[in-house]
Amino acid sequence: MAEDQQKISKTTEEVDVVTIRFAGDSGDGMQLTGSQFTNNTAIVGNDLSTFPDYPSEIRAPAGSLAGVSSFQIQFGSQNIYTPGDTLDVLVAMNPAALKVHLKDLKINGLLLLNSVNYTPRNYKLAGWESNPLEDKTLKDYRVAEVNMSELVANSVKDLNLSPKVINRSANMFALGFLYYMYDRNLDSTIDFITAKFGKYPDLAEANRRSLKAGYNYAHTIKIIRTNYRIPKAKFKKGTYRNIMGNQAVSFGLVAAARKAGLELFYGGYPITPASDILHYLSGFKNFGVKTFQAEDEIAGVMSTIGAAYAGDLAITATSGPGMALKTEALGLAVSVELPMVIINVQRGGPSTGLPTKTEQSDLFQAVLGRNGEAPIPVVAAQTPAHCFDAAYEACRIALEHMIPVILLSDGYLGNGSEPWRIPEYKKLPEIKTHKKTDPEDFLPYRHDEKTLARPWVVPGTANMEYRVGGLEKSEGTGNVNYTPENHQLMTELRQRKLDIIADSFPPVVPFGNSSGELLILGWGSTFGAIRTAVENALAKGLSVGHVQLTHLNPFPKDLGEVLGKFKQILIPELNMGQLQTLIQGKFVVKTEGLHKMKGVPFTQSDIYNKMVEMLKGLA
Amino acid sequence: MNEVKTKPAALSKKDFISNQEVRWCPGCGDYAILSQVQKIMPELGVPRENIVVISGIGCSSRFPYYMNTYGFHGIHGRATALASGVKLTNPELSVWVITGDGDGLAIGGNHMIHLLRRNLDINILLFNNEIYGLTKGQYSPTSELGKVTKSSPFGSIDYPFNPPQLALGAAGTFIARGIDREQKHLQGLLKHAHTHTGTAFVEIYQNCLIFNNGVFSHLTEKEVKAENVLVLEHGKPMIFGKNEDKGLRLNGSHLEVIQLDGKTSHDHVLIHDETNKIQALLLSELTYLKDFPTPIGVFYHQDVETYDHMMIKQIDYAKEQKGEGNIEALFHEGYTWTV
Repeated sequence: MAEDQQKISKTTEEVDVVTIRFAGDSGDGMQLTGSQFTNNTAIVGNDLSTFPDYPSEIRAPAGSLAGVSSFQIQFGSQNIYTPGDTLDVLVAMNPAALKVHLKDLKINGLLLLNSVNYTPRNYKLAGWESNPLEDKTLKDYRVAEVNMSELVANSVKDLNLSPKVINRSANMFALGFLYYMYDRNLDSTIDFITAKFGKYPDLAEANRRSLKAGYNYAHTIKIIRTNYRIPKAKFKKGTYRNIMGNQAVSFGLVAAARKAGLELFYGGYPITPASDILHYLSGFKNFGVKTFQAEDEIAGVMSTIGAAYAGDLAITATSGPGMALKTEALGLAVSVELPMVIINVQRGGPSTGLPTKTEQSDLFQAVLGRNGEAPIPVVAAQTPAHCFDAAYEACRIALEHMIPVILLSDGYLGNGSEPWRIPEYKKLPEIKTHKKTDPEDFLPYRHDEKTLARPWVVPGTANMEYRVGGLEKSEGTGNVNYTPENHQLMTELRQRKLDIIADSFPPVVPFGNSSGELLILGWGSTFGAIRTAVENALAKGLSVGHVQLTHLNPFPKDLGEVLGKFKQILIPELNMGQLQTLIQGKFVVKTEGLHKMKGVPFTQSDIYNKMVEMLKGLA
Repeated sequence: MNEVKTKPAALSKKDFISNQEVRWCPGCGDYAILSQVQKIMPELGVPRENIVVISGIGCSSRFPYYMNTYGFHGIHGRATALASGVKLTNPELSVWVITGDGDGLAIGGNHMIHLLRRNLDINILLFNNEIYGLTKGQYSPTSELGKVTKSSPFGSIDYPFNPPQLALGAAGTFIARGIDREQKHLQGLLKHAHTHTGTAFVEIYQNCLIFNNGVFSHLTEKEVKAENVLVLEHGKPMIFGKNEDKGLRLNGSHLEVIQLDGKTSHDHVLIHDETNKIQALLLSELTYLKDFPTPIGVFYHQDVETYDHMMIKQIDYAKEQKGEGNIEALFHEGYTWTV
């Protein structure tokens, strides 16, 4: 690929795992650079996990700390469960990016800087007292200080492009640089550039040349004496693609609708970080998907209830504050016993909180946050790829039991990506609905013995006209009924309907030790950090087990038994102990919590260190 | 839905009466409206199973329980959003929203204007009694300024909404007003609303016997109503009065009342054109004006492509362009690798 003569001797080394973070101004194209590197990584067959972290401001002031956008990827030849703790390489396009992210770079790690942005004005704006390139700030790192903009400008002299366009192409230089470092082929990105800038040949050419200039530059400079090759990861047999969490949710919904023989309706209002679900689904119109961008969160969920009443697989998605607005409607959904899935892609709260940062603090809201006794099943996704399974499972429960189901994802899962082993559609579990068109013996609130589902009779079905609403109903006829005995009966019925859902859950089998000193009990997106930490602990001979819950309401029936087999239980959560409280309310066990409220996921060392502390003197 | 379709026997009003006991206060205007709706339903040519009546919360919102059709008693203010989901799921359905001045214009005001602007093929019947009935007598968004109620002992300091004007402002495509006591007229309006393709907004003045009795008596009492009500008819002059001796004339950009006493010719009287939006706006302005009659009938009517129709078209277009969605192909699009 590189045409230059090799000027210094270079070697290629094999390594297992690498973590890279691209960081720059929100206008520097770091998300695009990161996703290009990710696709390329998938192509070489490494396992990977990514974490995009961007500001909520669309364009914060240039060069400011608030405007720093980053994209992290960990990739390797072994199982990768997290985007990584500390960095082997940090790309810092400006002093603000350096200021925010330098603390995560390993000692002797590689720092790639676009020196043109390290002006007095910029480093002062980022809060550096003197130029970090000139003082001792970077003495512990290997620094590649490159005037990317100038090098790009030289390579595109003949194209007569504006300095702005040239600067914007610097991200491709950084990408090319890293492609050299990790012994990559440029083709996937060149194809991407050609497709993306097809209408602007000069721009396409500038980006291509910038990419190649970065590649060749890395090849020639002294600081890069070695480039690295990461062997292919050992994947389970199958066909894979890279997938983001919100995308996987959308796929799961479309697949579930098809499997159940239903059309998919989505009613929702845009909100970060859930909007991508609406974006994906609105592109699936050829699957018959109906997307309704409502005037607000309430109309989003109400139109969803309407769609469920009329017979579609009805979905709405939102994030915490939007979930709060939907709360009253969720009570109605429980009362009318209609199937639908309400997705909460959680973000930092309270209130508007941290719109683009991740958190798990809406578990109480999902399980408990309604007036009256209003039990709703809660399913949580664990990884970006698992979002597919979790969405499919949520639809299955909703349709088989005629009940609204909450699916919890979060910003980290929604925007994060990893390889997904593509399932065979025909092998996905069957989903049966309770649609009924036979008027014989029809009662709208007569419940099926096994599932406690009521019949799903949709408008348009002759001779079965019935009324439904939010007032308490008689079992059987569904007529309004306020009598004391009936309310007791219906309240217990709705609770029992929730409880029996657990009959279909697989048994809880801890990873690692199935009994012993310490169980790590997690839920949702903490899966990766916990699993990595537990694998490390097991490798060191510690007696630990790991259970990651997908079903949070109801809990699996054998969970209490499993908990009882461990002397200590650690529950790490990105909240102040919500699962811990639910567990201790349900089971007589002592647990310890680990709480992180920083808007970022756990690192494996957060978990590992806590485990070691709890096992002190036992190892 | 059924495998064997036989021609259904002709339906009558009683086929639309449910087995539930009606629980409005004796003498409530809601009874009259319910009766008119049940009366016109068999004449619409719509199979009963294709009719869905959807409401929010309030006295009028008990309506669906009394109709022997599909029905959904929703939550406060949200009937229009609920109805949108029903209609988009099955555009074949004839969807009727029953709401009130509180449900539709206060708590549900936002959903109301957005349904009007989107123009889904849904009929909205807004029962306006200018008071909160179910919560026992507070002023509503249509109560007049100064209204003394339980929550406004010194008089309300809220300016009221003007419903037809609000609907016009929200780009409504069918805007009408009826009165509970004008039963024949109301039947005509309901049928007209049904035939309109798009959102039909029908405000119905409705007497609340308990908390706001007589608020529309000037429009309903035999002795005075002819002097106070202007019945709008498309293509007909705007004449009113016991002796049909008054008319509306356009003077500059205002309407004025003229006496048709022989000196002023009938030729000066404005002819109602329900497709004229500016005229509809002028007529809506009369809602609260003391020296003018109150218009009833269709203020405005314009056929515009509906949201539901455009949605179906878009789905058909996508299928035509991309082919019927293939799940396996979707899963495998982009770069894949096999191990």
